[in-house]
Amino acid sequence: MDIQVLRSYFPLFQTAAGLTVRLGAEGIFLALLVGLICAAVRYWKIPVFCQIASCYIEISRNTPLLIQLFFIYYGLPKVGIRTSPEICGVAGLAFLGGGYMAEAFRSGLEAVDSVQKESAFSLGLSKNQALLHVILPQAVSVSIPAILANVIFLLKETSVFSAVSLMDLMFTAKDLIGLYYSTTESLFLLVFFYLMILLPVSLLGTWVERRLRYAGFGT
Amino acid sequence: MAAELLKIEHLQKSYDSHVVLKNLSLFVDEGEVLVVVGPSGCGKSTLLRCINALEPVQGGRILLRGRDIHENEKNLPKLRQQIGMVFQSYELFPHKNIMDNIILAPIIVQKRKREEARQEAMELLARVGLENRANDFPRQLSGGQKQRVAIVRSLIMHPELLLFDEVTAALDPEMVREVLDVLLDLARQGRTMIIVTHEMQFARAVADRVVFLDKGKIVEESAPEAFFSRPQTERARRFLDTFSFETVRKSG
Repeated sequence: MDIQVLRSYFPLFQTAAGLTVRLGAEGIFLALLVGLICAAVRYWKIPVFCQIASCYIEISRNTPLLIQLFFIYYGLPKVGIRTSPEICGVAGLAFLGGGYMAEAFRSGLEAVDSVQKESAFSLGLSKNQALLHVILPQAVSVSIPAILANVIFLLKETSVFSAVSLMDLMFTAKDLIGLYYSTTESLFLLVFFYLMILLPVSLLGTWVERRLRYAGFGT
Repeated sequence: MAAELLKIEHLQKSYDSHVVLKNLSLFVDEGEVLVVVGPSGCGKSTLLRCINALEPVQGGRILLRGRDIHENEKNLPKLRQQIGMVFQSYELFPHKNIMDNIILAPIIVQKRKREEARQEAMELLARVGLENRANDFPRQLSGGQKQRVAIVRSLIMHPELLLFDEVTAALDPEMVREVLDVLLDLARQGRTMIIVTHEMQFARAVADRVVFLDKGKIVEESAPEAFFSRPQTERARRFLDTFSFETVRKSG
C-alpha cells in the first residue's frame, strides 16, 4: 500500500463521503416521515389508506434498492418526470426505507398497551393528541433499536447510488480502481470511510437506547 | 329531586355472538354514588366502558344530560372531558412525571395555562397526600400512590361524572384503604360517581344505591342497607355469601 497514493486519494473520498452522508441523511429523514405516516395510518386502520400503506410496505421491502433506483432514474423520464440523480438517490432511499421504518414504528406501536390509548381518550384527548403525546413517545423508545438498525442498513445501501452516476464513496473507489488499478488503496479508503460514517451512528444509537431505557418506562 | 345526569336506555352490547349487556336501563342522579357489584364477567366493566364510549354499542342509548353520547363521533373528545374514568391498572403515562401526567390534558385539551394547571394539580395532589411526589415518575410510586395520581388526573378535568373500574383490584390490601379513603372523600363532596368494586364493606359505606349485575342484566337495585342485609334475590344472596367465611374448626 502506497501512503502517497492514500494521501492523494483522501480528499476525493472526503468529498464522496460528504455526498453519501448528505443524501443518506435526507433519504433517512424522509424514510422516517413516510414510515411514521404509514404506521399511523395502519394503527388507526384508516380505510383505503391503510391498504395502500400495506401494499407500499410490501413492495418497498421486497424489491432491491438498485431496481427501485433504476425505476426512478430510467423509468420516470419515460412518463415525463425528469429528476436529477441526487433526487433519484434520495427518493429511492426514502422509498425503500419508508417500508422498513413503518414496520419498526409498528412494532413499537403494538407494544404500547391499548388501555394507555383508552386512558388518553378518557381524558378527552383526540386520536392525534393521544398518538402524539401518549402512544408515540412510548412506541419510539421500543422502536429505537429497529430504527437504528434501519439507519445503518440504509446508509450502507447508499453504495448502490453509484449505479445512477452519483459520485458517492463506492463510485469514487470504482472510478479510481478503473483509472489507476490502485485497488488496495481505494478499497482500504472505502472501508475506512464507511466505518467512519457508520461507527459513530452505531455508538450514538446505543447511547440513545440506553438513555431512553432509563427515562422511566415499565410500570 | 336532583336532576338526572346519566340515563341509559335499553343498552345492548355484544362481542360477536356473545351478548354482554342485555337491554340494560339505568339512571344516575346528580350527586349520587352508584355502586355496581356482581360476579366477574357479568358486564360491570363493559358497562363503564360503554358509558365512556370506549366500546361501540349494538342498541339502546346512553344520555348524558339528555345528549346521546354516540350521536356524533366528532364530539367524543369533548364529551369524554365531562366523564372521568379511573382504570384498574392506573394507566399513568410512564414517560411523563407525575405533574406532567396530570396537566397534559388540561393544557392540550382544555387549553389552560400551564401555571394555572400546575397550581390546581398541586392542590389536588396535596388533597391525596402526594404533593411531594410531583416530580417523580410513575415507576417510583407504589400502586396505591399511582392510583391516587390517576384519580387526581381525572379530577383536574372537572368532570361531571366519575367512573371507577375496580380501582383497588390490583392493589395490595394495605394500599386499598388509602385509595378508598380518597373515594369516600369525593363522595362527601357530593360528586356523581359510578363505582365498580369487589370491596363490599366499602360499597356499603359509600353507596347511595347498589346495582347487582349478573349475566348482563340488572338483577337487583336497591339501597345499600337493604341490599347487603336483605338481598331480594337468590342470586344476590349467593353472591354475597361468597364474601363471608365460617370459622374453621379443626376436629381432632
